[in-house]
Amino acid sequence: MEFTEEQIMRYSRHILLPEVGGEGQERLLGAKVVLVGAGGLGSPVGYYLAAAGVGTIGVIDNDRVELSNLQRQIAHNTNRLGVDKADSAKETYETLNPDVKVTTHKERLTSANIMNIIKDYDIVVDGSDNFPTRYLVNDACVMLKKPLVSAAVFRFEGQVMTIQPGEGPCYRCLFEVPPPPGMVPSCQEAGILGVVTGVIGTIQATEVVKLILGIGRPLKGALLLWNALDMSFRTVRVPRNPDCPMCGDRPTITSLVDYEQFCSMSH
Amino acid sequence: MGDEIKPDKVIDIRGQVCPYTFVRSKLAIEKMNIGEVLEIVLDHRPAVDNVPRSMENEGQKVLKIEQTGDKEWHIFVRKDKEKKKQ
Repeated sequence: MEFTEEQIMRYSRHILLPEVGGEGQERLLGAKVVLVGAGGLGSPVGYYLAAAGVGTIGVIDNDRVELSNLQRQIAHNTNRLGVDKADSAKETYETLNPDVKVTTHKERLTSANIMNIIKDYDIVVDGSDNFPTRYLVNDACVMLKKPLVSAAVFRFEGQVMTIQPGEGPCYRCLFEVPPPPGMVPSCQEAGILGVVTGVIGTIQATEVVKLILGIGRPLKGALLLWNALDMSFRTVRVPRNPDCPMCGDRPTITSLVDYEQFCSMSH
Repeated sequence: MGDEIKPDKVIDIRGQVCPYTFVRSKLAIEKMNIGEVLEIVLDHRPAVDNVPRSMENEGQKVLKIEQTGDKEWHIFVRKDKEKKKQ
C-alpha cells in the first residue's frame, strides 16, 4: 500500500522504529482486534489501538454509559450518559483516527453468539468484569485457536496474561473453574482505583501491538501481576497444565459453558 | 566522472524537515530490493547528517553524499538489509 501524506505524518513515530517501519504500520492497519467490554480495561485498549492505526476494532458491550463509569472508563464522557457504550467507544476511536473502522456488537456474550462474533477477528482482548464471560471467552478462543490477551483488575491490583492456544497455557490451566459465588466479592466491596484499569489496559494494548507486529516476547505462559500501592511488577511463569479441562491432553470440556452470572462490577 | 552512481529510485524531498526526511527515505527503501540504490535529494541541512546515520543504523550502506548547490544535497544509499526481524 501507499501511505497518504496524512498517514506518513500520523504514523511517523512508528515508522521511525526499526522494529515497526512502514511494513509494521501496514500490518497494524490490516489487523482486526475485538474488545470484550468497553469499560475500564477496554477503553484504554481501544484508545491506544485506534491511535496505533489498528484498522478494524470490534467492541462488544451491551451496557449504557453511567456516571459511575466515568471515574475510569475513558472512552466515554459526560455528554454520552445513557448512550450505548459500544456507540460511545466507536465515536471516540473513530474521531481519534479516521483510519479505524469500529464495529459494534451490542450483545452480552453467550455460548450461542460468541463464536460468530469473534471468528473474523485476529486477536481477542478480554476486558470483561465477570467470571462467566472470562471463562466463555477463554474457551471460545481455545476452540478457535485465537490469541487472547486476558486481564483482570481488583482494587489496587491487576493481572495480564496472553494466551496463544497450542503454544502455552490457557486461563483454565491457572484457574480450572470459576470461584464459587460466595468467594466473589460483592459489588459493594469491589472498588477499583480508576487509574489501575488504565495501566492494565495499556499493558493489554501493548501485548496486542506486539502480537500484530510479531516483535518482543508476549506474556505467553507468564502471568504479569501489578500492585499500584507497592508499584511492583511481578511475572510468574505459568506452564500449560496437561490435565487442563480445556486445553489439556484429554480435554473434558468440549462445548461452551454459560456459568451463572452472580455479580457484576459494572456499576 | 567515472564513479557515477546509477540510482534505481530517486526521491526529491526538498522542503521536508526531520524526522520526515528519514521517514520518507525509509518508506522508499523498504519497497526496494537488496542491492538497489536510492538517491535522496534534500535541502534540510541537519538531514544531511541524520538521514545517512539513520540509514547506517538500520543496516543500509551510504555510498555517497554530494552537495550540488548552496542548499541541495544528494545522498546515495544502497539497500543491504531487509526490515529487522526478531
